[in-house]
Amino acid sequence: MRHLVSVLVQDNPGVLQRVAGLIARRGFNIESLAVGRTHQPGLSRISLVVSGDDAVLEQVEKQLNRLIEVIKVTDHSEPHVERELALVKVSIAGMEERLEVKDIAEAFRARIVDVAKKSIIFELTGDSTKVNNFVEAMRPYGLLEVMRTGAVGMSRGEQVLKVREKKAV
Amino acid sequence: MNGAAAILKALEMQGVDTIFGHPGGTIMPTYDALYDSPIRHILVRHEQAGIHAATAYARASGRVGVCMATSGPGALNLVTGLQDALMDSTPVVALTGNVPQHLIGTDAFQEADVVGITQPVTKHNFQVRNVNDIPRIIAEAFYIASTGRPGPVLIDFPKDVQQAEFTGSFDVEINLPGYKPTYKGHPRQIERALEALQKAEKPVLMVGGGALNAAPEIVALAEKTGLPVIPTLMGLGVFPGTHPQCLGMPGMHGSVAANRAIHHADTILAIGLRFDDRVTGKVSRFAPHAHTVIHVDIDPAEIGKLVKTTIPVVGDAKWVAAELVKGAKKLSLSKWWAQLEDWKIKYPFAWKPKPHLQSQEVIQAFWEATRGKAVVTAGVGQHQMFTAQFFKFDSPRSWINSGGLGTMGVGLPFAIGAALARPGELVIDFDGDGSFQMTLQELATLKKLNLNVKIVILNNGFLGMVRQWQDLFHARRYSEVYLADSNPDFAKLAEAYGIRGITLTDKAKLHETVKEVLAHPGPVLLEARVYHEEGVFPMIPSGGAAEDMIIENPRETVAGD
Ligand SMILES: Cc1ncc(C[n+]2csc(CCOP(=O)(O)OP(=O)(O)O)c2C)c(N)n1
Ligand SMILES: [Mg+2]
Repeated sequence: MRHLVSVLVQDNPGVLQRVAGLIARRGFNIESLAVGRTHQPGLSRISLVVSGDDAVLEQVEKQLNRLIEVIKVTDHSEPHVERELALVKVSIAGMEERLEVKDIAEAFRARIVDVAKKSIIFELTGDSTKVNNFVEAMRPYGLLEVMRTGAVGMSRGEQVLKVREKKAV
Repeated sequence: MNGAAAILKALEMQGVDTIFGHPGGTIMPTYDALYDSPIRHILVRHEQAGIHAATAYARASGRVGVCMATSGPGALNLVTGLQDALMDSTPVVALTGNVPQHLIGTDAFQEADVVGITQPVTKHNFQVRNVNDIPRIIAEAFYIASTGRPGPVLIDFPKDVQQAEFTGSFDVEINLPGYKPTYKGHPRQIERALEALQKAEKPVLMVGGGALNAAPEIVALAEKTGLPVIPTLMGLGVFPGTHPQCLGMPGMHGSVAANRAIHHADTILAIGLRFDDRVTGKVSRFAPHAHTVIHVDIDPAEIGKLVKTTIPVVGDAKWVAAELVKGAKKLSLSKWWAQLEDWKIKYPFAWKPKPHLQSQEVIQAFWEATRGKAVVTAGVGQHQMFTAQFFKFDSPRSWINSGGLGTMGVGLPFAIGAALARPGELVIDFDGDGSFQMTLQELATLKKLNLNVKIVILNNGFLGMVRQWQDLFHARRYSEVYLADSNPDFAKLAEAYGIRGITLTDKAKLHETVKEVLAHPGPVLLEARVYHEEGVFPMIPSGGAAEDMIIENPRETVAGD
């Protein structure tokens, strides 16, 4: 099963290496890893897409929690928003193709961010399935480059990932 | 005050009185500051021995062990010891020098990415980049190392940080928002555990190294309930080895009673252990009749990692065991005990006497002569397993060995660390001829400190444990395990260091030699030339289960002696 996991971390130097190293060391399967700062100074947030059964997921969460700089881990099994950004450079042979490709892009609500004589770069956001489908739709025209950020996500509603207030017991 | 002096002051504030270390270029400012410090420094002859000694210091005392090394080669010599301490959950703080910050990343002389390299072998590590962070980072390192599930923490100090003027404060606050170990077990889970025990017909209590601080509670729990107790290799001494309720250790070279008890148990209460594969054998065949597994551990990641747990209790062994004692009742286990007694009586740890001197009798003789009153260390191999089988440990922190990593060469450095942690007490290192030679340079350290350490080399002329596997599983193709033709005269070697050396070959002289060794003040090395084809049994072959246990040496049964 595919899981989207969010990890709130202290953004100390090397923290990404710790998380990535742990995943590799323990043999967990990850599809993507995305990282960025949060609105709070000193805190970053990592999104992981992991595949595995419940037991694997439990270990992923528990092992991540053992890292000192990991503040909170959530497996987004509850209703959540998931988005990925992709840049897709497609080769264009002639006018006809250009129009077809634009039609497809419109259907996916992809934006054109660069146009050249023989290529177009599209920018697309959506969940990973949508990005996959877009990439596949463009494949017949000739994919020159695809760059995806990996999925990021958050829970719907008031539920948030934050520093526990609770004191040590 | 410079950074180096601040490091030592901060260590003093943590109560550090001993550091095991070896100097070198990038840690020199701290060695310079050490010159004026009340902290005792033990100069080891190899950094690996330093961290092993610090590990044993921690295990023998219950406090944090501290070691120090220079950058590059010095720091890298710590790696094995860090992993050893990590796997056996031991609180150690390792301090390393590094090249000045402006040279980091330039392949400078004696530079290595120590923080990167040691990340997977530490509970946590730090690099101090600002001199004024020294007191906080040291406080955090000690807090992390010694709380929750203990483990090693490394702090890397670039040389310029040690040299910079310190203008900060020692009045620091720990800031670790992501680190909050749970000590108190959930009351509902404890209640469920007690209910399950009440219903059990064939329960066992397994205790591991995580219960080191809970020995009185474990004894109380066992005595109040009547539970049979199985201490793991790391838990030996947590429950007295001579107690009638003790079944001995489980696992690959564990007792028949312990392994059969687990195999037939309907309920397992496991406190402070992690179901290592040397304990479980093939996990899918481990404890097949146990419908209830109660697992108490301070590290939530251990619960359910390998063995399916029905009642998880995240908490400190001492705290949870005390709660269990409060609610526990006498269990009616007479039928179960009749079976257990039968196994205990029929299959005690034993050996077939031979004309040669034998490892088992040497260990037994020392146990009898000391009445078990000693801190014991070992290398890794057959001699280690024999020690675990034949030296009955009655108190916690009296058995210091490398369980998780199985690091050959720990025996002597562990003995040095233990002797410093427990002044006035006898320390015995039962070592192998192979293991001992991995760190024998520490004879110099031992000589200098003149500690009451008795090294007993059970010299079988082989890498015996490997030989045993070749014997059983590789058609007796003894590839690269023969040592006898090039072993040194160990007694003479000791004498070369100024340490009393004794050689024993004659079985008849065993007891008088043991007396002689123990009577000699200060360090002694006894080389016991033992039977070279001994095997450790019982044995559950790797990947097997309790039912696959080989109780006696098949070679000897076949030979009919
Ligand atoms: C550093 C290291 N290298 C290799 C091994 C593999 N190994 C395990 S036991 C053993 C033999 C140990 O020989 P010795 O110390 O003489 O003990 P014996 O088994 O003969 O009692 C070896 C090589 C190990 N555990 N540690
Ligand atoms: Mg040997």
